[in-house]
Amino acid sequence: MREVAVVAFAQTRHSAVDEGLSEPELILPVIEEVRRASGLRTFGFTCSGSCDYLAGAPFSFVSALDAVGAWPPISESHVEMDAAWALYEAWVRLQHGDVDSALVYGFGKPSQGDLHQIMTLQLDPYYLAPLGLDHVSYAALQASARGTDRAELDEIVRRSRAAGRANPYALDLPDPEGDAFEVEPLRPYDVAAPADGAAAVVLAAGDLARSVCERPAWITGIAHCMDSHYLGMRDLARSASAAEAARAAGAGKAQVDVAELHVRFSHEEPILREALGLDGAFSAATEVNPSGGPLAADPVMATGLIRIGEAARRVIDGTADRALGHAASGPCLQHNLVAVLEG
Amino acid sequence: MPSEAPPGAAASPGGAVADPGGTVADPGGTVADPGGVPAGDPVVDPVVDHVLEFPGGYTRTTGPVIGRFLTELRDARIVGVRTADGRVLVPPLEYDPATGEDVTGEFAEVGPAGTVQSWAWVGAPRPEHPLARPFAWALIRLDGADTALVHAVDAGDARAMRPGLRVRPRWRAERTGHITDIESFVPEVTKIVSPVRAEYRLRPGRALTRFLEGVARGVLLGCRCGSCGKVYMPYRLSCPECGVAITEERELPDTGTVTTFAINNLPDPRAPEVPFVSAYILLDGADVPLIALVGDVPAHEVRQGMRVRAVWAPRQEWAPSPLSMSNIKWFAPTGEPDAEL
Repeated sequence: MREVAVVAFAQTRHSAVDEGLSEPELILPVIEEVRRASGLRTFGFTCSGSCDYLAGAPFSFVSALDAVGAWPPISESHVEMDAAWALYEAWVRLQHGDVDSALVYGFGKPSQGDLHQIMTLQLDPYYLAPLGLDHVSYAALQASARGTDRAELDEIVRRSRAAGRANPYALDLPDPEGDAFEVEPLRPYDVAAPADGAAAVVLAAGDLARSVCERPAWITGIAHCMDSHYLGMRDLARSASAAEAARAAGAGKAQVDVAELHVRFSHEEPILREALGLDGAFSAATEVNPSGGPLAADPVMATGLIRIGEAARRVIDGTADRALGHAASGPCLQHNLVAVLEG
Repeated sequence: MPSEAPPGAAASPGGAVADPGGTVADPGGTVADPGGVPAGDPVVDPVVDHVLEFPGGYTRTTGPVIGRFLTELRDARIVGVRTADGRVLVPPLEYDPATGEDVTGEFAEVGPAGTVQSWAWVGAPRPEHPLARPFAWALIRLDGADTALVHAVDAGDARAMRPGLRVRPRWRAERTGHITDIESFVPEVTKIVSPVRAEYRLRPGRALTRFLEGVARGVLLGCRCGSCGKVYMPYRLSCPECGVAITEERELPDTGTVTTFAINNLPDPRAPEVPFVSAYILLDGADVPLIALVGDVPAHEVRQGMRVRAVWAPRQEWAPSPLSMSNIKWFAPTGEPDAEL
């Protein structure tokens, strides 16, 4: 495997309301920031992740290229997924050996639509989407299948929101309170806080990484796995694909100092801890979502990339030696990506 | 599962996206170029409504496996498909999610009854949801299936839901071959409601008639046994202890003491509210208590030994029939110190 590292990461100050910026306007500052941090103006490969349904317009991701500068023509690709999967594609592209750098970015403006409607559109069009099954509803089914410990979930939200208040990029959300259900057993505060935002990462291989970054965050393992899309065909209390991705990425080979998890609903954290903690990679010393995670800010389609970026940032700044970034996609943790980053 | 129209094709309904010039993209004179707005003019929020909709909906081919399932649904039957290792997938997929192998061509009818494995309660349904009233999402394992179907359960109340609940489909009358041909699942019948009602014509008997005539005049009439000396309330014609006729009438005051009571949580047309208190009240001078309501006091404050007085309805509201207790609404605390019992 060719050595590839995260050498720069930037994100917007995510906003719960539409601040009037178009998608390219959201992206431009973070692209500039990672260019400045890496000293690289052009890249061997560029890949983005976003969802056209968030904007309600086809090929809306093409206009985002205005923020990158695509002339003369650049080598560019896009995934209709969280940008963590754009990072995966860029990592694969760098394995070819003919280019040494890649720009990865993701963005989303959920404020423009109704996330319940939009997330329903991702589902099986024969069996699930016609029921109007929305993301909070299927998450509640998973929470119910696992069985909820209300005190445990409240503590996860409290801890995540407190961390988010200390994170200048996340939202300022109060401690959880109230006993209303959104969809029982989930309360409104168990649900990730949608936000408008963007993030960018620069990947570099080998000597280029060493020359542009004092302490690159080397990707020593990266893998993604998927469960059946149909909720009734798998054990919702567990995430077999997250466990398999963690195994394939070698997460359990040594202690994990920091884990940034794509927890969009509070009950997903214990499911992921269990799945990713196989082989003893997690311990009491593992910091989980020190950024606050998606429960403190969920710039949809950039959120997974931010988990990898936050984990890498801790390696780059020397406050962690081994960090794990996790991204999820699809209903009820259907599709999971795990990246292990080491200094 | 090919789609005739790629997601992108949904995009250009009526020019809202393809030609936004007239609506959004040309805010130059109003917002994007603040220089053009004279100072002091109100700021215009440039927000516009936008709808993404494919007119008439996408046309999707079903393939043979999903198509068979939907065809059977149209005929109000539910089928699963058998995998190579003999498991029955419901709803059917073209492949076995455990192995990725093609399923067999063998379909098996399942259900229609099934068992709820887990559920989530929707207290406030959204417009897209299958029911407009509160309902449960559930994973339902239909009898004969090895996997669970996701659907709605119309259970009325979250307290009716539990893992293991037996449910059956409620079919739409007009079915088209769609997962919503099942409007929802409903719990199996485990109980019925039996109405009970019969009509009677009652006469109170001579003693009670005499007592009620007293109430009609605003008097509480009791009696004293000439043999044992006990004072009974209400008035009666014989002493139940001595078995002798009683002849001595005695008027009693409308004050007394609570000897014991019950808090009632079922509504009663005669009671002021729920919960209400029915109590044994020993009228001053009586040797046996009578049963009456206690009101004008929170139920949890009623106690043995509490002093109470009858609350008479306003005289203009007294019952036209002389034979009714309704002239007394209930007994209410007097505020006196509790009596020793």
